[in-house]
Amino acid sequence: MSGPAAAQLPPGLAAVAADFADTPREMRLELLLEYADRLKPLPEPYASQTDLMERVEECQSPLFAIAEVVGDSVRIHATAPQESPTTRAFACIMQLGLSGLTPEEILAVPAAAPLQLGLTELVSPLRMRGATGLLARIQRQVRAAISA
Amino acid sequence: MSNVPLDPTEKFQEYATPGALVSTEWLAANLNTPGLVVVESDEDTLLYETGHIPGSVKVDWHTDLNDPVSRDYVGPEDFAALMSRKGIDRDTTVVFYGDKSNWWAAYALWVFRLFGHTDVRLLDGGRQKWEAEGREMTKVVPTRAATSYPLSPRNDSDLRAYREQVIEHVGANGCMVDVRSPQEFSGELTHMPDYPQEGTLRGGHIPGAKSVPWKRAANDDGTFKGIADLRAIYEGEKGLAADDNVIAYCRIGERSSHTWFVLTYLLGFKNVRNYDGSWSEWGNAVRLPIAVGAE
Repeated sequence: MSGPAAAQLPPGLAAVAADFADTPREMRLELLLEYADRLKPLPEPYASQTDLMERVEECQSPLFAIAEVVGDSVRIHATAPQESPTTRAFACIMQLGLSGLTPEEILAVPAAAPLQLGLTELVSPLRMRGATGLLARIQRQVRAAISA
Repeated sequence: MSNVPLDPTEKFQEYATPGALVSTEWLAANLNTPGLVVVESDEDTLLYETGHIPGSVKVDWHTDLNDPVSRDYVGPEDFAALMSRKGIDRDTTVVFYGDKSNWWAAYALWVFRLFGHTDVRLLDGGRQKWEAEGREMTKVVPTRAATSYPLSPRNDSDLRAYREQVIEHVGANGCMVDVRSPQEFSGELTHMPDYPQEGTLRGGHIPGAKSVPWKRAANDDGTFKGIADLRAIYEGEKGLAADDNVIAYCRIGERSSHTWFVLTYLLGFKNVRNYDGSWSEWGNAVRLPIAVGAE
């Protein structure tokens, strides 16, 4: 995928956008499901204490996420119920697309990045709002961590 | 009408329209009954792909039932084409089920009714109960022979309320049911600095609306409450009567489809409309009256 909008995406998210752009429309839900299945299980202590994470209130489903800044690199952990596969897919896409970036790179991700992945035709506006809420909260956590 | 028999489950016989519900047991035994098509309709568009009731087809509220451009439902051509693709005939018995205690299944059923599809039924308990009982699920998408579903006009007048009609209804002190959560009803806002803002510019409810969160009509297992409990809530506590002219609303009309179904099919109310513009329209509109607080 090319163009000025996609150029602003970090490589991980650009790869996701390319993945969807290269997939025929009727196969895109299958691809989204593959992402849902790839969401990594939570490490400790988050696995036993979800309340250490932040709830993404903009999402219709219970989605919790945390951005850990370790040295100069950010790790994203997130969880959502099995019965909310679309939410899990978005969480996975953010995990793949943002983990390993520096805090500055994460803060430079455009707020509308989730809308540039080629998913807006597949899922409802309210779901896209959950995805942009997830990104906004990750960025806010990173901003808080580096200014602490 | 198709010849698919009704579910004789005792609980359903107490409702105004006993044939509007089927049980998981009945459906499991009738999956191969000719003239019956099972439709899954969910909030989460991927759920069907993770596994579904064998033979069921998927109807997505967003990509199949909504117009892609205007905030409206599809027209007769698109609906007929959708029905044809899904292998549904005009006289097919359609059994809907889905997640979230059948919100979206009820919403899809309501849209089918806008097009006058006659034999529509809900699976009591929806996807949640079917799964909880360990019943068969499959990822196999059925290939159904295409039908030639007739072009059927969408008749919004009886079942759907537009903003202008709601304004008139408010002026006439008509009955209204707000099925959102108490916090949404009162207008309490949840956003904080640096957090994404709510999608509506104003919180609160339509003046005169009674607060009955949709979930009060459902048991924890997703099934509908019995007739006595439903009467106690809507008629006893809220003073609604079967011949009242009632408008139900929520945020975009999906949760209120659940309540529309309860009032229409289970309690036998004759004149219930769903205001699908709901709070996402009313709470953003200029100069419409809004009430705040718990009452």
